[in-house]
Amino acid sequence: MGPLYPQEIINSEFNILIGLFIGVVFGFLLEASGFTNTRKLAGVFYGYDATVIKVFFTAAMTAAIGLLIMHYLGWIDVKLTFYPKTFWIPTLVGGAIMGAGFIIGGFCPGTSLCAAATGKIDAVVFIGGVFLGIFGFIFTYDSLFSGLRMSGKMGETDIAQWLGISDGLFIFIMIIVTFASFFVFQKWQDSHTKDMDQRDLNELGLKKPE
Amino acid sequence: MSKKRKKRTKWLKNFKFNKRSNRYINPYVGGFFLGLLIIVALYFSGEGLGSSGGYRDVAVAVLDKVTPEYAHNNSYIGPRLASGESPLKTWLVFELIGVIMGAILSAAIFNRLHLRIGKAPHLTDKKRLLFAVIGGILWGIGTQLGRGCTSGLVLSGMAVNSLSGYIGLIGIFGFGFIFAIIFKSIWIKTNK
Repeated sequence: MGPLYPQEIINSEFNILIGLFIGVVFGFLLEASGFTNTRKLAGVFYGYDATVIKVFFTAAMTAAIGLLIMHYLGWIDVKLTFYPKTFWIPTLVGGAIMGAGFIIGGFCPGTSLCAAATGKIDAVVFIGGVFLGIFGFIFTYDSLFSGLRMSGKMGETDIAQWLGISDGLFIFIMIIVTFASFFVFQKWQDSHTKDMDQRDLNELGLKKPE
Repeated sequence: MSKKRKKRTKWLKNFKFNKRSNRYINPYVGGFFLGLLIIVALYFSGEGLGSSGGYRDVAVAVLDKVTPEYAHNNSYIGPRLASGESPLKTWLVFELIGVIMGAILSAAIFNRLHLRIGKAPHLTDKKRLLFAVIGGILWGIGTQLGRGCTSGLVLSGMAVNSLSGYIGLIGIFGFGFIFAIIFKSIWIKTNK
């Protein structure tokens, strides 16, 4: 039963090798999906490109459904994984800061690494900024951030349990939300792409609506 | 050259060397395989796909080299150095090395390995780079405060139904839509 490494079924060298392999596939999929193109990433916020929503929600729901099935079959105990502890206040505040960073900088950390690796100079500069921010956070942690970072502590909280419903029902609701968002964002994209220059369409890898 | 062979190379040429158009894989197919990848990462390593954690590990390693005493006494990163193991020998750092390799591989196949600045056409290069560094700084702070980024906090968090992941989703994308209104001129040409 999984997860294998936390239960010492595989050793740490093999585990790190798996990490490398997973990284290769992760980087490949991000690049191949167009996530090194900063205009595609920003496009989700302005409606002209729905790719981010499609990739992101398809991935989250595929994984959530798969893990739910594996849980019922007794193949994996998710609570033995990295399962995140919830600190709702700093995550919400940090999330808002990241949201601003997304709009202003046009990347997130994973996508900027792919973009920098494939020759985007703006992504290299962005990564420099990320390290500046991390160093700044470390240097000012005690005086500025430590209280906020540890506030709103809720432990390893499952959102379905927190809402008082089963995991299965929560995922079912999320699947409906996912399909609804695909529909809405596709319509929004179509309303932009129908009047878009062919040059812009080519750069974004999009087609006009049929 | 046989006719069939000619046809095949022509197709390959169109696919690989068409400079005018970016070809990306179907987003639902990409998302599906990304979802499977999360399951594999969790099943074997008990890890989610993450990025900012690896960035932090590199920052910790740099401080440990430059000012080891400060690094060990710092209450945020000190505990990470207590074991004596190199902060670079982590799953996340090796995953990020893989990410670099995978991205280069994909860009090479689809002919997208070019040195350039990505931006909206109306924005100057100078402004784009300035905004990129500001955005990066915000991510650096936000990821440490919020415990992860789009991949580790939100995507992997949503995969395991964690409340934290959904709060991150509301934070990054919810507030993102608000900031998008404020900073519209970076991405959309407005007629003044």
